[in-house]
Amino acid sequence: MSLSENTPVDLKALVNDVLEAYPEKSRKRRAKHLNVLEAEAKDCGVKSNIKSIPGVMTIRGCAYAGSKGVVWGPIKDMIHISHGPVGCGYYSWSGRRNYYIGDTGIDSWGTMHFTSDFQEKDIVFGGDKKLHKVIEEVNELFPLVNGISIQSECPIGLIGDDIEAVSRLKSAEIGKPVIPVRCEGFRGVSQSLGHHIANDVIRDWVFDKTEPKPGFVSTPYDVTIIGDYNIGGDAWSSRILLEEIGLRVIAQWSGDGTLAELENTPKAKVNLIHCYRSMNYIARHMEEKYNIPWMEYNFFGPSQIAESLRKIAALFDDTIKENAEKVIARYQPMVDAVIAKYRTRLEGKKVMIYVGGLRPRHVADAYHDLGMEIIGTGYEFAHNDDYQRTAHYVKEGTLIYDDVTAFELEKFVEALRPDLVASGIKEKYVFQKMGLPFRQMHSWDYSGPYHGYDGFAIFARDMDLAINNPVWGVMKAPF
Amino acid sequence: MSDKEVSQSAVSQSADKVLDHFTLFRQPEYKAMFERKKAEFEYGHSDEEVARVAEWTKTEEYKAKNFAREAVVINPTKACQPIGAMFAAQGFEGTLPLVHGSQGCVAYYRTHLTRHFKEPNSAVSSSMTEDAAVFGGLNNMIDGLANAYSLYKPKMIAVLTTCMAEVIGDDLQGFIANAKTKDSVPADFPVPYAHTPAFVGSHIVGYDNMIKGVLSYFWGASEKYDTPKNETINLIPGFDGFAVGNNRELKKIAGQFGINLQILSDVSDNFDTPMDGEYRMYDGGTKIEDVKAAVHSKATISMQEYNTPQTLQFIKEKGQEVAKFNYPMGVTATDELIVKLAELSGKAVPDSLRLERGRLVDAIADSHTHLHGKRFAVYGDPDFCLGMTRFLLELGAEPVHILSTSGSKKWEKQVQKVLDGSPFGASGKAYGGKDLWHLRSLIFTDKVDYLIGNSYGKYLERDTKVPLIRLTYPIFDRHHHHRYPTWGYQGALNVLVRILDRIFDDIDANTNTVGQTDYSFDLVR
Repeated sequence: MSLSENTPVDLKALVNDVLEAYPEKSRKRRAKHLNVLEAEAKDCGVKSNIKSIPGVMTIRGCAYAGSKGVVWGPIKDMIHISHGPVGCGYYSWSGRRNYYIGDTGIDSWGTMHFTSDFQEKDIVFGGDKKLHKVIEEVNELFPLVNGISIQSECPIGLIGDDIEAVSRLKSAEIGKPVIPVRCEGFRGVSQSLGHHIANDVIRDWVFDKTEPKPGFVSTPYDVTIIGDYNIGGDAWSSRILLEEIGLRVIAQWSGDGTLAELENTPKAKVNLIHCYRSMNYIARHMEEKYNIPWMEYNFFGPSQIAESLRKIAALFDDTIKENAEKVIARYQPMVDAVIAKYRTRLEGKKVMIYVGGLRPRHVADAYHDLGMEIIGTGYEFAHNDDYQRTAHYVKEGTLIYDDVTAFELEKFVEALRPDLVASGIKEKYVFQKMGLPFRQMHSWDYSGPYHGYDGFAIFARDMDLAINNPVWGVMKAPF
Repeated sequence: MSDKEVSQSAVSQSADKVLDHFTLFRQPEYKAMFERKKAEFEYGHSDEEVARVAEWTKTEEYKAKNFAREAVVINPTKACQPIGAMFAAQGFEGTLPLVHGSQGCVAYYRTHLTRHFKEPNSAVSSSMTEDAAVFGGLNNMIDGLANAYSLYKPKMIAVLTTCMAEVIGDDLQGFIANAKTKDSVPADFPVPYAHTPAFVGSHIVGYDNMIKGVLSYFWGASEKYDTPKNETINLIPGFDGFAVGNNRELKKIAGQFGINLQILSDVSDNFDTPMDGEYRMYDGGTKIEDVKAAVHSKATISMQEYNTPQTLQFIKEKGQEVAKFNYPMGVTATDELIVKLAELSGKAVPDSLRLERGRLVDAIADSHTHLHGKRFAVYGDPDFCLGMTRFLLELGAEPVHILSTSGSKKWEKQVQKVLDGSPFGASGKAYGGKDLWHLRSLIFTDKVDYLIGNSYGKYLERDTKVPLIRLTYPIFDRHHHHRYPTWGYQGALNVLVRILDRIFDDIDANTNTVGQTDYSFDLVR
């Protein structure tokens, strides 16, 4: 029995009902972030990238999370120092499953937590002296480290430390890039500014201060993967397709990436960007400065994968175009078999999505490929250009919620009773308690990869195992 | 590359047997891809150089350098104050923590606790940004309290701080009073608070601050007075990943005694709600009426000394007898708790507990051969380390490296005293203020048989091949152990079995090569 076989819900009335619970001032502010998608809409009709309201239980994180957790953290051959008190680095330690190949602790440090562990005296007297020492110790204990980044936590910007000066000095001393990132958590309104700051720092402290590796030989087929954090191996199941059509991926940003790959990126013929929200800044910069075109692609679900492969191939010669067709054809039997197996089990199932800055639209067609329907979607930290892009993916009548509060999401889900909620760890158990199948769509619920053709099979299996698990059937006691 | 032919062979992935990350990336096409990426694009170090450095990190020379560190902390066993305060607050009935400061912190705390308990975790932030950094967060407090109160209908909002609010010096008492005059919440609505700077102490200090904050709110702040006392005994569990199982076990023990036990901050129901179609944002917890009444209790027991120094001092000033333990586990530590309960309550130890004790000792006797002389490294919070060390000594095992990033000199001495009390403690040493990268050096240079700690230790297990037993927070990669107690005689039995299971699994894994080692692959052990 599908839980979604309810009478249609008047969504506008639902939104108004939910808003009723707020004090007036907050109600007015929240009203701008909630909407029902209208026909022919150019965007989703919601305001975005605005400060969260205090006390409402926003699901958002901070700029540090956007820089250390997302952009910089996965660069595997560098050590990323969480500069400030111990907590930020502790909570973000190994949390995101940015897979990498390397000898952890020796030539890679992705699943380790380095912190300057600020004490009261560091707040009072400043932490620059300590930072000097931290960098020296790191370089001595980990001699194969190729660079160090300083990920600022809130106090750094408040106490007036000059981490740039320390970085310049220590970089000269140790002969390796030392890169200061001003990603204090109070900056901006969400993770998003952290992405932007991290991008700008790569521009200023990598591109402007280092060179592509000597001896790097370009080919006409050099591309990069920008904005893939290799969660559960996503960048790998994407890279393999690009290689199979005859392209050469010279850099991965930043999942399983290295500093050398960042440095060599200006040699690319085209930058291919998956997570537009977190890395469009650097792509735009490279377009301006190095004349490198960039293109957004979508490797979720076979429809989008084929379309993206063709669009990418269209930028190259006929061989690549022919290869793209051959690769699409080669995977088609497996894709057909996956759809044949799972579509019957998932057809018509309704999904509500709430994730970060890309997936609330990017995964939509993967669900559609399985015959599923998106009835609500929203972003933690999208901007207006994301909502413009979203209108293309979802249909009229879809509920849109920006920076949704725990209260709103709970009420919306309760009223709409979707067959699946696709969101994050903080939401997971709330909806499972309500008896609703759930998949974490940040971490792939510890599964993955979900990108590429290989990933689609896993995606389909996982949606099926969530929705069709027998546990939902025993929820109600017979007494 | 463009001259490369597109493969015509069938793909590895299949609908029949879906390959996910566990096996997909072991397929030849992926392995070849990893090799190409490494060789052509990563500009890493040679395999020989990596192997050389890897060996060097296992040496005494490296250990000396590692222990000479003064500034960088690597893989610590501590979090920051607010998560401890949040945990403490969530153990009170209908209580919503409001974390005053940057909002990302709250996302982190909720995530961390949720990943361990596999439960929802509710807390709000006052979402301070750059303007609040300049002007202070008063308006954030006013709006935050009003919104949280309207939306989430708590019975109490417990306010704590992130380091941002602490650095700029926001005054919680004044802000909350101000918010009440602005009608954010009713004047009589309880809003206790604790300043919890992340740059002082760790999560266990945050726990202490919040419990003291809540008690001060309901009991009155500083004046010393003797209130009329009743027969109730208060108990403060401390920050405990096994709180769900442990608090229930404590209540069971109190029931056996017939003691009216008042747990102050009891998360056991809030962090273990049923799945029956209804989401309970709040469940269980110490009732506010009971918190108020607890000032009249005759005594308060702290299960974790290092989680409660200020709180116990405060309670003592209210005229109560106080007793403190260090995460009591095992036979004699549990005996001490039971004796203390008997002494404080004036009740005889019930026969049922005698029986439980006897069964525990019986189980230890049955299994002692597999524990005797086994060498262990233990890490975690100071109290956990003390409790675990005592239990290991009692089992005839040898605690060798005992490490806590939150551990002080005083704690080191305390551990040493425990070690000195047993011949099995002769090779043991406590390392306060050290981290898991120090422990890596210790294990490589002075090997142990088993490692006891939390999920973060799995990287040590991978590097050193010393099997890990997960017995303290956080446990992210094993499910539901926190639902079983580690305290009481029953809890000690659980801990014993967890250790034994790992030992037996390890023995089997090391004896299962057919025709070579499997003569010892015994059916009966």
